[in-house]
Amino acid sequence: MIPFDFEYLPAHTTAEAVAYYVSRAKAGQSPLYCGGATEVVTLGRIGQLETGAVIDIRHIPSAQVLTQRHDQVVAGAGVTLTQIADSVLIAETFPLLAASAREIADRTARNQITLGGNICGQIFYREAVLPLLVCESAVRLAGPNGLRELPMDRVFDQTLRLQPGEFLVQTATDTVLAGAPWVYVKRRKMGSVGYPVVSAAAIRVDRDIRVAVSGVYPFPVRALDLEQALNRRELPLSRRIEAAVSTIRADLVLDDVEAARGYRLFVLRDVLREIVESLDA
Amino acid sequence: MQPVTLTVNGWVRTVVVRGSETLLDVLREQMGLTGAKPGCENGDCGACTVLVDGVPQKACLLLAAMAADCRVTTVEGLPRTQLQAAFIRCNAFQCGYCTPGFLVNAHALLACVAHPSERQTQEWLESNICRCTSYEEICEAVRTAADARDNGVAGEDEMPG
Amino acid sequence: MAGEGRSRWPADGANGQVTQRRTGEDRDGFQVRSGRIGRSVMRKDAEEKVTGRAEYTADVSAWGMLHAALLASPYAHARIVSIDTQRAITMPGVRAVVTGADYPQRTGLPIADRPLLAVDVVRYAGEPVALVVADELYQAEAALRQLDVVYHPLPALTSPREAFAPEAVRLHPDLAAYDVQPGEEVWPVPGTNIATHVRIRKGQPESVWSTCDAVVTCDVSFPQAHHAPMETHCVIASVAPDGCVNLVTATQSPYSVPEAIARTFGFRPSDVRVRTPLVGGAFGGKSSVYLEPLAVAATLAVGGRPVKLRCTREQEMRSMPCHIGLEARIRLGARADGRFVAVEITDWFDGGGYSDRGVIVTRAAAQDCTGPYRIDHVHCDAYCMYTNHPPTTSYRGFGHPEQTLVMERAIDLLAEQLRMDPLELRRRNAVRPGDTTPTQARLMRSSVGDVEGCLTRLRSLLPWDGPPVEDRDGEVIAKGISCFWKTSSTPPDASSGALVYVNEDSTVTLLSGLVEIGQGTKTTLAQMVAEVLGLAVEQVRVVMEVDTAEQPEHWKTVASRGSLLAGNAAVRAARDARAQLAATAAVVFQCRPEDVCISNGYAGCPYTSRRIPIGQLSRGYTFPDGHTVGGFVVGRGSYTIERVTLLDPATGRGVPGPEWTVAAQGVVVAFRPRDYTYRVLRAVTVVDVGRVISPNLAEGQLKGGMSMGLSLGSREGYVYGATGSVDNNQLRVYPIHRYGDQPEYRVAFLETPNADAPWGLRGLGEHGVIGMPAALANALSNALGQPVNSMPMTPELLWRLHTGAEVNDR
Ligand SMILES: Cc1cc2nc3c(=O)[nH]c(=O)nc-3n(C[C@H](O)[C@H](O)[C@H](O)COP(=O)(O)OP(=O)(O)OC[C@H]3O[C@@H](n4cnc5c(N)ncnc54)[C@H](O)[C@@H]3O)c2cc1C
Ligand code: FES
Ligand code: FES
Repeated sequence: MIPFDFEYLPAHTTAEAVAYYVSRAKAGQSPLYCGGATEVVTLGRIGQLETGAVIDIRHIPSAQVLTQRHDQVVAGAGVTLTQIADSVLIAETFPLLAASAREIADRTARNQITLGGNICGQIFYREAVLPLLVCESAVRLAGPNGLRELPMDRVFDQTLRLQPGEFLVQTATDTVLAGAPWVYVKRRKMGSVGYPVVSAAAIRVDRDIRVAVSGVYPFPVRALDLEQALNRRELPLSRRIEAAVSTIRADLVLDDVEAARGYRLFVLRDVLREIVESLDA
Repeated sequence: MQPVTLTVNGWVRTVVVRGSETLLDVLREQMGLTGAKPGCENGDCGACTVLVDGVPQKACLLLAAMAADCRVTTVEGLPRTQLQAAFIRCNAFQCGYCTPGFLVNAHALLACVAHPSERQTQEWLESNICRCTSYEEICEAVRTAADARDNGVAGEDEMPG
Repeated sequence: MAGEGRSRWPADGANGQVTQRRTGEDRDGFQVRSGRIGRSVMRKDAEEKVTGRAEYTADVSAWGMLHAALLASPYAHARIVSIDTQRAITMPGVRAVVTGADYPQRTGLPIADRPLLAVDVVRYAGEPVALVVADELYQAEAALRQLDVVYHPLPALTSPREAFAPEAVRLHPDLAAYDVQPGEEVWPVPGTNIATHVRIRKGQPESVWSTCDAVVTCDVSFPQAHHAPMETHCVIASVAPDGCVNLVTATQSPYSVPEAIARTFGFRPSDVRVRTPLVGGAFGGKSSVYLEPLAVAATLAVGGRPVKLRCTREQEMRSMPCHIGLEARIRLGARADGRFVAVEITDWFDGGGYSDRGVIVTRAAAQDCTGPYRIDHVHCDAYCMYTNHPPTTSYRGFGHPEQTLVMERAIDLLAEQLRMDPLELRRRNAVRPGDTTPTQARLMRSSVGDVEGCLTRLRSLLPWDGPPVEDRDGEVIAKGISCFWKTSSTPPDASSGALVYVNEDSTVTLLSGLVEIGQGTKTTLAQMVAEVLGLAVEQVRVVMEVDTAEQPEHWKTVASRGSLLAGNAAVRAARDARAQLAATAAVVFQCRPEDVCISNGYAGCPYTSRRIPIGQLSRGYTFPDGHTVGGFVVGRGSYTIERVTLLDPATGRGVPGPEWTVAAQGVVVAFRPRDYTYRVLRAVTVVDVGRVISPNLAEGQLKGGMSMGLSLGSREGYVYGATGSVDNNQLRVYPIHRYGDQPEYRVAFLETPNADAPWGLRGLGEHGVIGMPAALANALSNALGQPVNSMPMTPELLWRLHTGAEVNDR
């Protein structure tokens, strides 16, 4: 039961959404955009989030697209993870995104969780971000100052750095990178539903492997120094992995009810090994 | 507080809800439909599963206002098919608290997928927790219901409303 | 069918389920007449449960009902400096705020060691500190956030052995002054943190250790865990104008509630009426009276208006009593031929901040501490320790999954030392009629099942063959077995009553105070009544909901005692009804009552072809001229447990339960050494249930229990924060078995009748769970090549054991 009340405002255009935001912010309601609203509901009920207005962006047509256009795979922020995981187009053009989406939460929850919600949420893992990081996708944002498009590596630093009133409308990914050889690994404490101990998305571009990981830090990350170490093909595999893991900032590694720090690092090693084994052609 | 018009099990009804109220609470507290159960209210157990436009959703995660203009089906509104009979025959429940969620989800699975593979069945049903049975019984029930439908055993498979 | 009771026969049960019936006499009167016994039947609650119409406590609402919300302590141990309710009380919709200051009295069974709401100190994170009652639940929850409580944190006791240390801070300095429920076997030790100390002394272990050829010692431990019924605790309380307290509550013990409420609030027990609709899973977690007093406090605060108090899942996991944790040490000695000589066990149970049923769980674990093996020299000290963890209560298996893990790990270690086959080692030591238990109760064929038979069957069903570890695709296929027994730990006067009404349409209605928690016992009772009266099971109605004002008392729906207690009562009630019908029919037929035969809903007699529908006899029989013989038929039956005696506090000598159900279990795992992950491929149970009444229900209970045991053993357990709070208190981060985690299940039944019970049955509701953690631990030890002595057996644990990694700064 959410103990506070808020206004629920479905927006049908980006302009309407932004207008709602501006007016509700002015009224001191600390408005939030929402996709599936599952995080708004679950964090709201335990007092970790509060707001006076929730602006639903799912009905905005541009947030609903799932398409290939001008050498880009475009996914709307309001699309659910199930839609992504089940989409034939995504399976063909950006299978890594489908794979990461399919492993998040459970299917019924995925029927509601949106791509935008997963990317912009507070929960550490945000696993749908991983494919976007390795593929250097672009994000398309709408806000009071209009639209902007930025590459992930510029706007994503632990979180998506949105300006006040801004929201995610779409992600756009280069078709070549989206179609690169890929592997997605998710390791949980146990079972096939749950948060990751470690999850990783990887692609191979030319001879180089790119990796982004969740579950290691309290945020998803693509670490270039880790990649560099991993790509030192002149070294034996175990040394490459050790070198890669030694780039990890141990003091930042998650250490919680899901897994202790040392174990996360052990799992990370194994995940990296699996990635290299399957991508090192 | 805002009025919301919901179509639940084919009946159209307008209720006044708080913007932050979940569909689960509105169904149970205002509409007297207590089939969907609170088990965690956090999206983790599936006991509250209902169909929204034919798609299984956790009613505890969904704002009631988001279901306006959608067709909501709860366990009370599921058509009687081979599925319920199979749940009984295969001992697919004990305390029955998880059963509405499983039935709703499995019903949608059978409606969406002609011959669900074991993998597909797992992908759908791992959204729900049953603490009483061993799941083997539920697995058996869903397979039995799918087979019965394929063999044309009487039973209506239409979605209501 | 009767003839089948005399020979071994494989039944055609479902799904690999096999039954072997042992030669033996059914107790007089329990011959199978018509095949209702031993047949699968449709559950009586089936239709309502597949249509969403089944009613649980949370589905009940009352006119004018208010809602209560609980404020729980964030600290595991703290002094309460102040509670300011000013802001909360003025919030919209708020009708009352209740704190510990309003109720200085203590509550709790068997030791009244707990304030209703914390007074001065909190002893666990999650402890109820205040209640807000409001018109709407959201208003109550909003007001909770406006309560100002100032705590002064204190150092917390976060393990039972830490609490046992002489220098440990005393959590209950007033322990000596607490009320103990009369007749309950608890032995608190004032001046310590020991809520109970159970001593088992048999033989002279000290004098025989030197005669052992092999001795193993091992430490076993696991944290507390969550019962995880899908329905959380919920109570609706109100006070009627005449002063009677009415409760609707999700409980396994409706008949314990009146006494507890009466003691706490000064009512007469008969002033308290309790209704229990269907219960959405319980597993022991709903056997305590924990939430009910809070709901009563809430309604009293608002002039008796109905108030609903329902736990959120988070509160269910932090505030409600949980599965007990354990740290144990065992020393087991044997001769070179494998015969066990002596055992010494010390159990430090993690009983939490308040003892609740944890003290009785401790007794149960001690009384059966050896498992189903003959050991002549036994020394066991079992302590239930107060700690700053959540309180504890019964959990399916009641001390036995815990005790079994300790013993069965030691046996496998001993087998390794002796280079003996673990199954053979168990077989050699299997307890037999004539042996005695750790509490020196002498066993008879009727009181203990066939341990050897279970092991033999397990050997072929698992199968247990050759060296248990083999390689395949980089996976290690390993097997593990366990063997266990369980008796109930009821008070010696545990009773049950039943009423059977014969309806005018020749159906009958059974009333029993047993709660339907999913186990299906009410359906089994219907089968029994049908059998006695020669009716089809469909003609027997059972009232599912319990109302203490309407149904005869049933002690508690726990301890796998439903079919024995309520079964005997129902059978006696049905026989009583039959006798009443026969007496009336005899007048009509002008024969002796013994000559009247009642079946298929008719009374007949050999001297006439005339048959009278029993409905026509149910209100007396009216002759055509109007004169009436006989009267209203009300069959009454009751049963009190037999042969149970109290345990001697000094030695434990006594008879804790009437019979022991024995079983052997095994699992097969596929283990990946590379990342320490594994899957359970198969799980097997062979159990001697005395008599299978309903194969589908029995198999469902066992498989469900096995699933729970595997889930508990592999992944469940509270993870405590540095200060002792349960940090994984959502199902999101508390993994339990889901669809797809199930291995292949195989269940087989042996039938060695128990003379005291209807048709010779033995308890089985808890047994699926009991040996699963132990079998899993043994399998994983074999797979890993080193002992796995703690739960939960996650890949992280196996990694830690194998690499010696410490739990870094947690
Ligand atoms: C049962 C369950 C299991 C889960 N398991 C996993 C898991 O395994 N892995 C994982 O990564 N996550 C998991 N999550 C977390 C989930 O992915 C996030 O909580 C996600 O935010 C939910 O998506 P939503 O669309 O419902 O978000 P919402 O609740 O709608 O929004 C979440 C946040 O994002 C903001 N937001 C939403 N959309 C936009 C937008 N377009 N632009 C800007 N801001 C926006 C909102 O303001 C809000 O702060 C799980 C969640 C649930 C309920
Ligand atoms: S109550 Fe909705 S998922 Fe548990
Ligand atoms: S039947 Fe009880 S939880 Fe599934």
